[in-house]
Amino acid sequence: MTLETVIEGLVALTIVIGAIFTLVGSYGLVKLDTPMPRLHAPTKAGTLGVGAMLIASILFHFATDGGSLHELLIMAFLFVTAPISAHFVAKVHIHREHTAQELPDPPLDNVWATRDVAPDEDMAGDQVPEPSGGR
Amino acid sequence: MVSHLFRRLFPHPLLTLLLVIVWCLLINGLSLGTVVFGLILGTVIPIVTAAYWPDRPRAPRPLLLAEYVLIVLWDIIVANVVVAAIVLFKRNADMRPCWVAIPLDLRSPEAITILAGTITLTPGTVSADVSDKGHALLVHALDAPDPDAVRDEIKQRYERRLKEIFE
Repeated sequence: MTLETVIEGLVALTIVIGAIFTLVGSYGLVKLDTPMPRLHAPTKAGTLGVGAMLIASILFHFATDGGSLHELLIMAFLFVTAPISAHFVAKVHIHREHTAQELPDPPLDNVWATRDVAPDEDMAGDQVPEPSGGR
Repeated sequence: MVSHLFRRLFPHPLLTLLLVIVWCLLINGLSLGTVVFGLILGTVIPIVTAAYWPDRPRAPRPLLLAEYVLIVLWDIIVANVVVAAIVLFKRNADMRPCWVAIPLDLRSPEAITILAGTITLTPGTVSADVSDKGHALLVHALDAPDPDAVRDEIKQRYERRLKEIFE
């Protein structure tokens, strides 16, 4: 067994791991039934799924040509931005759906920032307007 | 005199270093030209953006920060397996999703941001909101029979370390 075979095996393994976690993430989005749990599946899949595939890319480039590390940048940017988009989805959800009674009280301050709005701007409980059909 | 000049040129030495590394990674190669141009960018960008950093965070302690990054990376791998198992093998009706309020000892905004990001990336938890004055985090847990255990683990494992690193 040469080194090349070992590396090819490793690359294949990491790609398959990445694919499995991405698949589980997408499946979770379908299977879970309420908005907040649904948010959990893709945030996890995004990190390890993409991360494993990028590791495969790094390994492959080091084995075949001079090597390449800019995959690390993709990972870094993904790790910085993924929580922020998840945070925004959660905030919209709190803003539109949850009445203050469902959430635990903040232990130290008065109110959660998303709920810190004047009553007439509070959207929770509002009917979401029906999307108007195609023009 | 020399140190004064150094501080004028590099108001934020860690940012300079980070920009040089990011530039080399973007070019995807290491040559003298790349490093020099990276250094030019790393000098100009911190000076131009200095106005947007009114109170710069104290430089984090690098060794502890490296330890923290490794712990979080390991937890992300574990988190993925745990969440995948929950998604695949647990019926929706058996899950115990809940909201957890976490009082914060951290005060610096950068540290709180990193804590919130860490919480979202790790085991079955997503950070959803902060309190109006920034002294508590609202976290949603995917499957937590015991919300207090979630709170204690986050405080013990991540917040304590971040406090050592940043404050």
